[in-house]
Formats: sequence, C-alpha cells, structure tokens
Amino acid sequence: MEKTNAAVSMRNITKIFGTIVANDDVSLDIHKGEILSLLGENGSGKTTLMNMLSGIYFPDAGQIFIDGKPVTIASPREAFDHGIGMIHQHFKLVDVFTAAENIVLGLEEEGRLDLNRAGERIRKICDTYGFDVDPKQKIYNMSVSQKQTVEIVKVLYRGADILILDEPTAVLTPQETEKLFAVLRNMKKDGKTVVIITHKLHEVEEISDRVAVLRKGKYIGEMKTSETNAQEMTNMMVGREVALNIERPKPVDPKPRIRVENLTVRSSDGVLKLDDVSFEAKAGEILGIAGISGCGQKELLEAIAGLQPVESGTIEYINDDETNESLIGKDPLQIAAMGVSLSFVPEDRLGMGLVGSMDLTDNMMLRSFRRGKSVFTDRKTPKKLAEKVVEELEVNTPGVSTPVRRLSGGNVQKVLVGREIASSPTVLLSAYAVRGLDINSSYTIYNLLNEQKKNGVAVVYVGEDLDVLLELCDRILVLCSGRVSGIVDGESADKNRVGMMMTRLGGGGLDE
Amino acid sequence: MSKASKEPLLHITKRKTMAWQKAWLIRLASIAAALIVAAIVTTTATGLDPASVFAKILEGAFGSERKIWILGKETAVLLCIAVAMAPAFRMKFWNLGGEGQVLIGAWMTAACMIYLGDKVPAPLLILISLVGAVVIGAVWAGIPAFFKAKWNTNETLFTLMMNYVAIQLVAYYIIIWESPKGSGKVGIINQATNAGWLPSIGSYQYLLNILIVACITVLMYIYLQYSKHGYEISVVGESQSTARYVGIKVDRVIIRTLLVSGGICGLCGFLMVAGTDHTITTTLAGGRGFLGVLVAWLAQFNALAMVLVSLLLCILSRGAGEISTAFGLNQSFGDILTGIILFFIIGSEFFINYRINFRGSDKAVKAAKSAGKEGGLH
Repeated sequence: MEKTNAAVSMRNITKIFGTIVANDDVSLDIHKGEILSLLGENGSGKTTLMNMLSGIYFPDAGQIFIDGKPVTIASPREAFDHGIGMIHQHFKLVDVFTAAENIVLGLEEEGRLDLNRAGERIRKICDTYGFDVDPKQKIYNMSVSQKQTVEIVKVLYRGADILILDEPTAVLTPQETEKLFAVLRNMKKDGKTVVIITHKLHEVEEISDRVAVLRKGKYIGEMKTSETNAQEMTNMMVGREVALNIERPKPVDPKPRIRVENLTVRSSDGVLKLDDVSFEAKAGEILGIAGISGCGQKELLEAIAGLQPVESGTIEYINDDETNESLIGKDPLQIAAMGVSLSFVPEDRLGMGLVGSMDLTDNMMLRSFRRGKSVFTDRKTPKKLAEKVVEELEVNTPGVSTPVRRLSGGNVQKVLVGREIASSPTVLLSAYAVRGLDINSSYTIYNLLNEQKKNGVAVVYVGEDLDVLLELCDRILVLCSGRVSGIVDGESADKNRVGMMMTRLGGGGLDE
Repeated sequence: MSKASKEPLLHITKRKTMAWQKAWLIRLASIAAALIVAAIVTTTATGLDPASVFAKILEGAFGSERKIWILGKETAVLLCIAVAMAPAFRMKFWNLGGEGQVLIGAWMTAACMIYLGDKVPAPLLILISLVGAVVIGAVWAGIPAFFKAKWNTNETLFTLMMNYVAIQLVAYYIIIWESPKGSGKVGIINQATNAGWLPSIGSYQYLLNILIVACITVLMYIYLQYSKHGYEISVVGESQSTARYVGIKVDRVIIRTLLVSGGICGLCGFLMVAGTDHTITTTLAGGRGFLGVLVAWLAQFNALAMVLVSLLLCILSRGAGEISTAFGLNQSFGDILTGIILFFIIGSEFFINYRINFRGSDKAVKAAKSAGKEGGLH
C-alpha cells in the first residue's frame, strides 16, 4: 500500500445489482480528520459505495482497508467495530421509544440496562459537539431535525470515528442545516472523520475540505474544495458543460387565472393550517411560494386541487372570458368535469402522485383511465404517452413496463411531471418539484416549468431553495405559519428580506 | 494487494427479475425437493415405503373415474372461494370472512329450497335461490366494507366475526329444519321432488359446477387485469392517497369490490347446496374460506394460477385421506406431508426473489460486466 494518512481506503470496489453496475472499480481514500463530500447525481452510486463501508452491502469485488489493514465488513455491527457509523436518509428509529432507548437499542452492554447512565453519556456527547437532545423525549414528539440528531448521537454513542451522512440536509430547513454544519465542524475539531453524501454544491463549498465525484458508478476524481468551484464540480458530476443559470422569460400578457380570497383551512385534527390567505395566480407566470416547511404550502395546493376541505374563503377559477367558477367543495373529478384542466405535482411522488409498484404505462393511465365508455381500460394510448415522456424528458429506464419504484428520484419526477403536463393544463401546481433531484434533473424540471409558463399556464411553484425561487419565479408569495407574510417581485426581491418574512409576518422587527 | 480471506461464506442479494422459465424450474425443483423430504419423513416415521405412499396419494386423487370427479368438484369449490378473495386482497382488504359468506349463501339457498320448494316452478326456484345467495353473500361482505369505508374499522376482525354470526345462524336453522326429527341434521332437501336442485349435464353430476367456476375464474381474470374497476382496485390497494389524488372514490371502490367478493362466495354456497350437497351443515365451508385466502396468495392473485394451486391442494388433501385409510395412519400424517410440500413451494419464492452468493464466486461480476450495461442505483 502506498503511504497515506487514509483512515479508509477503498480499492477497486465493484458492486452489481442484477444487470446494473452500481459501482465500477471505484477506489477512494478517506483521510483522517477531514470532511469529505461525496458528490454525484442521483443513481451515481454514492449511497451504494457508502453502504458497503457501513456493512449493509458486501462488495462483489475489491478490498477495503482501514488504517492500511485489509478488513472485511459483513454487517453494520462489524462496521461499528471498525469505528464506522452511517446516518441514513431514512431514519431507523422506534417511534414509541425515547431518544435514550433508541440510542442504546441493540447494544449488548455488560450488566443490566441503565437508562440513566446512558442518559448521562448522551448528555456528555451532546455537550462535546453542541447537540440538543433530551434523552427522555419520545421519538414521535420530535421534529425531523431532532430525529436526525438522535441518529447522529446513536452513531457517536457506539464510538464511531468515521461518520457517513447520506444527504443529511435534504430534510432540513436552512437554519437547521446551519446547526448541523456547526456540529460537523465540532466533530472535525475533535478528530472525527466525516463523509457527507450530497448533490448540493453550495453545501459542498461550505462544509467540506475535499470533494470526490462519482458518475454512473465510476470514480471521476477528487480535489480540494478550496481549489475548485461550482461550475467545475457540476461538469465533473454531469460529464459535460452545464449552464448554471435559470432563465426567466418575461411573462407575456399575464391575466388572473386563480383567485384565492380569505382562505382558511384546518387540518383534520383541528389545527389552523391556513389563515385568511388571499392571492392571485396569473396565466403565463410562475408564482413561487416560499415558507418554512409545514407552514401551509401543502394545504394551500391541496385546497386548490380539491383534496383538502376548506373552512372558509373562496377559490375561483377565472376563464379567458373573465367568467368565474368556484373550485371550493369540488373533488378532482368534478373540477375536471367543469372543463378546468388543473395539474398537480404533489410533494409525495410515490405516495400520492404515482403508484410505485405499477409500471410507467399504468401510471400514465392514472389521470386518463376513465376516458371512453368501455368497461375495459385502454393501455395503448397511455403506453404511447409513456414512450413519449421517456423520449422527450430523457427518462432513464429499462422500458415503459418497469415499475416506477425502481427508477431513481429524478426519473420518477420526470415521469410524474411528464404525465401532469401531458394533459395541457391551464394551471400547474407543483410542490417541491426538485427536492432530492440532482442538478441535471433539476434543470430539466425548471425548463419544463418555463415552457409551461410560455404556453400561458398559471404555474405555482412551492420551493424550499430561496436562490432558486428568486431566480425562477416572477412573483413570490411568502407564507409564515399559515398566513401571507407578503408577496414580492421575483426579480427585485432580496434574499435576506424574504428569509426574514418567512420567520415573522411582514419580515419586520429586526431592522426597526 | 492481497485479498482478505475472511469474506463471509454467503451473502444474499435481491434479484432484479428472473426469466419466467427459470422461475418455474425453481418451483418444480422445490416440489421435487419436497417429495424427497416427505419420503424421508415417511420412512422414518412410519416405516412404510415412500413410493407406495406417494402412489396411494395419486390413487386417492385420480384412482377411479368417481375419484377424479370428486377431485374436480372439490377443486371447483376451493377455486371459487379463492377467486372471490382475489379482488379484496388485491385491494389490501383482508377479507377473512369467506367462510361466513359461503355459509350464508348456502343458508339462503337451503331456505329458498325448503320454503318455496312446492310453491314456485323449479327454474324460478333456482333463479330465486341463486339471486338470494349472491345478494346475501354480498351483504355479508358489504357490511364490514361499509364500516371500513366510512369509519376505517378493522376489516380483519369484522369479517372474522361475521363468520361466527353466519355459523350460529345456520346452527339455529338446522334445528328448525331438522329432518327426520331428532337426527340433528337437515338431511337431503326435497329428495322426492328435486326442487331447486341444479340440473346435471348428462350423467355428470358435478360438471355444471365445474364449468360455472371455470367461467367465473376467467371472468375474474379479465375483470382484474383489463377492466377499469380492476385498475381502480389495484390503485386503491397500492396507495389510497394516490387514488384520492386522481379522483377515485375510495370508499365506493371498497364497498363495490367487497360486494363482488362476497357475492361470489354466496354463489359458491349456492353451488354447494343446490348443485352437489343438497343439504346444509355448519361445517359446509370446512375451513375453505381460509384455505381460499392461501390459494389466492400463493397464486399472487392471478386468477389463472389459482387453478393450479387449488388443484394441487385438493390432490394433496384427497391423497391424504386415502393414505390414512389405506395404511391405517390417521389424517394428521397426510397433513404433515401437505405441510412439507407447502413449505417448499412457499420457500421457493425466496430463491426466485433473491440470489445467494457464495464466497469467492465472482460469476455475478463477470456476467453483469460482460452484459456491458452500465447504469446506476442509489
């Protein structure tokens, strides 16, 4: 072995699933005490590679070295024995247990179970790195970011020196991300090694010392973060030159399409989700909706789409001849029967927008299967549509009869968006349309939305990335705890100002 | 660089897909393996020659023309219940009430035959009892479905409880209908007039039942595979929120599907009373309401595959009966053999879905690489 200060060396690792080569002859070094970003598009094999390090998968070929010694990691327990711990994208916690119970779960310590002693140790870990965890709090009472913290503490409690985080920021707000990064920096100071899997470039730039890039299962290269830039990393990731700016064509002849007035919505358990919301979405423009997650975006879109009961207020669809029709109290079928072509790309793609176990053709049918008087379904037309979507949106799939669950996130979203715009809508609602998508797929989606805008569709874009909202949207509606904090112009709005409006009504307070 | 020698002996990976020929080869191999194990168990437990035991099993199922007809009749009953369960289970509605739905259909048929036997002409009587049995079976399944759709009650418990209601109801009426008095049995209904009995095709007493069930099976296959209703059932079963999102009325689909499921069970009860048995007992369904669930599941809700599975189960159960009398073993030994065979069949699905990689075997690597396909997973 060449002499390095590598904590972990992976050499010529290959992993194959069926006919798909997830990792092809990958060699990667992880240095002691560094924060390494593992960068790559969806399906580039980042998670697979790290899963082999943490004992979830076993490599089909290749060798892993820890501190220069060849090792075998056949299970997560053996990974812990080598000081490797992974925090997965989907948390693996028992909801009805407390934080402490989850953290000690599966550990075979000597003597009887002593949760108080465990609590002590947990507090000590928290103090060292600046976590905020109450060992006695139940998981079901926790926010997403708190759950993630428990996962990280769980790994540290087991004495891990090498932490792998799989897209940790995908579920966090910008503020929570900041907190996480502060903790990671503390860990680095303490001599821990951190690998963070991500495809968000600004995070790579902010947190990591070094970045390694994978593309289509192959190792492309590594460099010091300080010596590269977003453009170079993107090009390596995608494999060709990619333009990193989002275009924003001037809206042509925008006229009101959806008018919402004094809308109030309560969830089924009586919590006030939207409070006196009024706005207009115009044909031929993209209306952005900004807000901290869970402050009413979902309910707003679902109320317009006819999926959410409304307590009071009006939602009107405005025809080209300026006649109005109320959408309140109508279900999606009734709205369609009115002749309103309304498309909705929901946040939960596989749980709501698509059926994971069905193939592309059957998913295309979801919207159209009722067409025609026959009692039998017509699968020919949807099959053609599926083939068209695959071709036009460059969906990476073995064929139209593959279950959509097998596709990667970006391709799933292309299928969903492709279906929704196929019905030539006049209104297109989208929730977190690029969440979890890599750069390439994200830009495909932005382009599709812009195309719809040019066709005179009223596009509503609920997003979480403020930079994107400010670049893409013509106007931005800022929500704060279910109320309208303000509506700003996309071109002239200031990011800090919008961020402020997200946390307090009207954004006032700080600068007074 | 030296390779570490400590690679685990075997590790398991999920297969993507498998050619159907290969999958069936594995299934056949599993049956062969099951027979070998069954043979070993037979010799050690009873000292009998396994070959002669197996021969007796086949003899029990196919030994004479009459036995073959009985096998056909039994298979038809089991298949009919499995076909009835298929739409409910495809919708992930765990209908465990097949037993009660069959029984209540049988009860309605018997009631029509007893009370209307001498009042209406025979064809009309058959029609009335057919409609009555289908409707009451549908209602029996529809009640739990309604509660599930409106208030999300637990359908497993509800349908299960409906079984006991049906059994008690039948028990009560058996006392009323008792014939001859004091026997505790209903006896053959309308033995003198044959009123309400389904006609035989030629001299083949069971043929009509078998043909009816065959038709229902094909229709159910088409209904689930190609109809709009079938598509809605699949969507509701996979994700109710997707169904709502595209405007499918979930509660309506649940109730409608269970009416179909219960209706076919009711029909099965009708076929048993009017077609073959001409009497009713509380054990008429005899656990086949549950066995039908197993058949539907093993066939992965494919109505045509259910034909094979129910036939196999009936061969085993007829054969088990035969060996218990022929060799003086009790019925339980036949059940042991059936258990062994089912265990291997279910177990074979594991090998179809997963690949086992042994130490040092990089065949998979070479195979996939030579396929030259590149792509990614997470």
